Amino acid sequence: MSTQEQKNKRKFRSAGRMREIMTEYYIEAKSASQTGKPVAWITSGGPVEPLIVMDVIPVYPENYGAMIGASHMGSDLCAKAEAMGYSMDLCSYARADIACALENGGPIGGLPKPDMLVCCNNICGTVLKWYEIQARYFNVPLFIFDTPFCHTGFSDAARTYVRKQIDEYIDFLETVCRKKFDLDKSIEVGHRSIQGQRLWQKVLDTATHKPSPMTAFDAFFFLALIVTLRGTQTVVDYYTELLDEMNERIEQGIGAIENERYRILWDNLPIWYRLKWLSEKFASHDACLVADTYTTAWCGTMKYIDENNFIDSMAEAYTRIYLNIGVDEMAESVLGMIDKYEVDGVVMHSNRSCKPYSFGQYDIQQIIQKEKGLPCMMIESHMVDERSFSESQVDARIDAFMEIVSQRK
Amino acid sequence: MESIREFIAASQHPHAYARALKESGTAIIGYLCSYTPEEIIHAAGLHPMRLFGSAEDISLADTHLQSYCCSLVRGALADVLAGNLEYLDGAVFPHTCDTIQRLSDIWRLNTKFRFFADVVLPVKLTTESSRAYLSDVLKKFRMDLEEAFDITITNEALHDSIQTFNTIRDMLNTLYEIRSENPSKISGRDLHGIVKGSMIMDRDAAAQALVKIADELRAEAAPPAPKRKRVLVAGSVCSHPDVYTMLEKAGAEVVWDDLCTGSRYFGGMISTSGDPIEAIAQRSFDRLICPAKHKSITIRGENLVQAAREHDARGVIFLQLKFCDPHSFDYPYLKEFLDSQHIPSMLLEVEDQLPGEGQLLTRFETFVHML
Ligand code: SF4
Ligand code: SF4
Repeated sequence: MSTQEQKNKRKFRSAGRMREIMTEYYIEAKSASQTGKPVAWITSGGPVEPLIVMDVIPVYPENYGAMIGASHMGSDLCAKAEAMGYSMDLCSYARADIACALENGGPIGGLPKPDMLVCCNNICGTVLKWYEIQARYFNVPLFIFDTPFCHTGFSDAARTYVRKQIDEYIDFLETVCRKKFDLDKSIEVGHRSIQGQRLWQKVLDTATHKPSPMTAFDAFFFLALIVTLRGTQTVVDYYTELLDEMNERIEQGIGAIENERYRILWDNLPIWYRLKWLSEKFASHDACLVADTYTTAWCGTMKYIDENNFIDSMAEAYTRIYLNIGVDEMAESVLGMIDKYEVDGVVMHSNRSCKPYSFGQYDIQQIIQKEKGLPCMMIESHMVDERSFSESQVDARIDAFMEIVSQRK
Repeated sequence: MESIREFIAASQHPHAYARALKESGTAIIGYLCSYTPEEIIHAAGLHPMRLFGSAEDISLADTHLQSYCCSLVRGALADVLAGNLEYLDGAVFPHTCDTIQRLSDIWRLNTKFRFFADVVLPVKLTTESSRAYLSDVLKKFRMDLEEAFDITITNEALHDSIQTFNTIRDMLNTLYEIRSENPSKISGRDLHGIVKGSMIMDRDAAAQALVKIADELRAEAAPPAPKRKRVLVAGSVCSHPDVYTMLEKAGAEVVWDDLCTGSRYFGGMISTSGDPIEAIAQRSFDRLICPAKHKSITIRGENLVQAAREHDARGVIFLQLKFCDPHSFDYPYLKEFLDSQHIPSMLLEVEDQLPGEGQLLTRFETFVHML
């Protein structure tokens, strides 16, 4: 087989469908003002299911941020935010989105205007400030779903507080949408959400196979649906197909990269504007990034969900997500992934944009080295602001890191 | 004034002060955030001590925190890793920003003190449920202290502590008012030292001394007010007394502030009747908020403009720590609020050290000139 044929074989047929779904989704969202459907902007870790129940179109500025990064528009937009007075040290998703809102710039001509904002601080404190800014700018109602940080577990007080906020959230939606919340429908949506999460986890699990049928870079791409359309049938159908494709690849022995010799774990958000470069770079060392801590975040708390009581139990699940737990619990989860995916090394993206994800990485690294003796490397950047990325430096570091990985094996 | 010197000394040499206190048999609990329920710590017979991060070399924090972490948190971690805080019996971390949140984890995993607590406060301070949650969290903190130090914190003790802290707040507020009325009575630098000292010194001693200082200043014949332009400082913490002197040199007087080592610390009294824990919780709802908390989307802008108006400030200096997300996010909107009222402002971003004297003075002078 020629190299080109081999390359084609490794392409995902599901990728096209994914683009279609996302395009349809954005078209629907952008035409909301004509169809009369309300639009809510919501944070990536926010409880979206009640919005689906209420027929509100959820829009994710963070997903949009990823698009901005991948289409290399991040530096320009971030610089515009700086001209507006926002420090260059702030999250580059937030900076890019703030600049976009003002000038309808960015991919797809900007996001549709929100009728409401739903901010869940289970991922960071940045989103609180970011959504306050947008609430002032768009002058629309803001709901804050406040999920107390779980340094060392989930307290009873926190349980009561977040559970109560589900009711407040529903009240908020009923007021803004001027209609009743349909409990029966919420049960269906809950089921579909869980189904979607399960399927997504299964897709990610296929990477335990050697060679892995997918890389973390593929996961970053396929992730968009579980983030944006969780709770819909579209997600369930799509991930069912994707899972089939992964299993076919396993059966046919198709690996995600040509010659998988080393298996690597990625930590933190992707560097959206260098995905291709990074994936080729690692592939050139026969290294497959088989898993990452980021994409698992959307299915990592299923253990807390009671399928028959979704609305009640989702409060806990949304509070205990990966970014809302202590560094030691994060390290535990990383150690678990190291075993599960049988990795040979860990690449940590020290993400200047995301302090809650990045501070603590050194401690996690020490724990990994102590418990598993695995090599770790750090790549520093701002995930959508290219000005912060030094390609030559990262290039040399990856070479040095892979040298150590290969010596150990 | 003798009593002022005591505060200044404590603010300049916090560790020496703490060690002496410790030798006298008092257990010490460190903290970094102005939302710390100091009253509960004090009622337990313990000493609440605010940590500012004073290590000479904050690079000690490099093995745990990246370079893009604010200098307050890096400084505090460097201090504890360097062994400068050996006098502590423990620390408490109220939920503040993403950075302190991670510092709490790193602290818990890398230090060994008798006591450690996270007090995960609510972020939104607008609903009944968040108020109830806040009370629950404070009750739990009370129990944690009781258990760790094998004591009982009585409601009487809490009421007494509330009195003490109310006196401190009231007197700090009075001193600020005195200065705002006539800045010649007490210098900005001294007042800064007093506030900072109040977070370090034994609180009963501080309360008494503050009453005395306020009395004396009130009685003092007023020298004529200096001919300097009145300005307000806004930001997070200020650990740089030199800022005040430099501004004076540049022809400006700091007559008020919106700092967590200033008016945000002493704003809001605690009710002395009813359940003490509920009362302490209520103050967090009433006081001026920090940008890491949510009360309304415009409240900080409104407060700032109001403070500038009330104290006849001609300009505002934003004093922010580099890499501080909550304050950096609020800056453009606060500036906009000020702009709309024709109040000029300037932004000074600092790390652990101030910029060079010449450079800073030039910046201040240019700004003051515009006012
Ligand atoms: S990247 Fe980090 S800081 Fe930015 S919105 Fe996401 S979780 Fe928050
Ligand atoms: S200065 Fe800012 S980032 Fe640093 S601890 Fe304070 S609020 Fe957090």
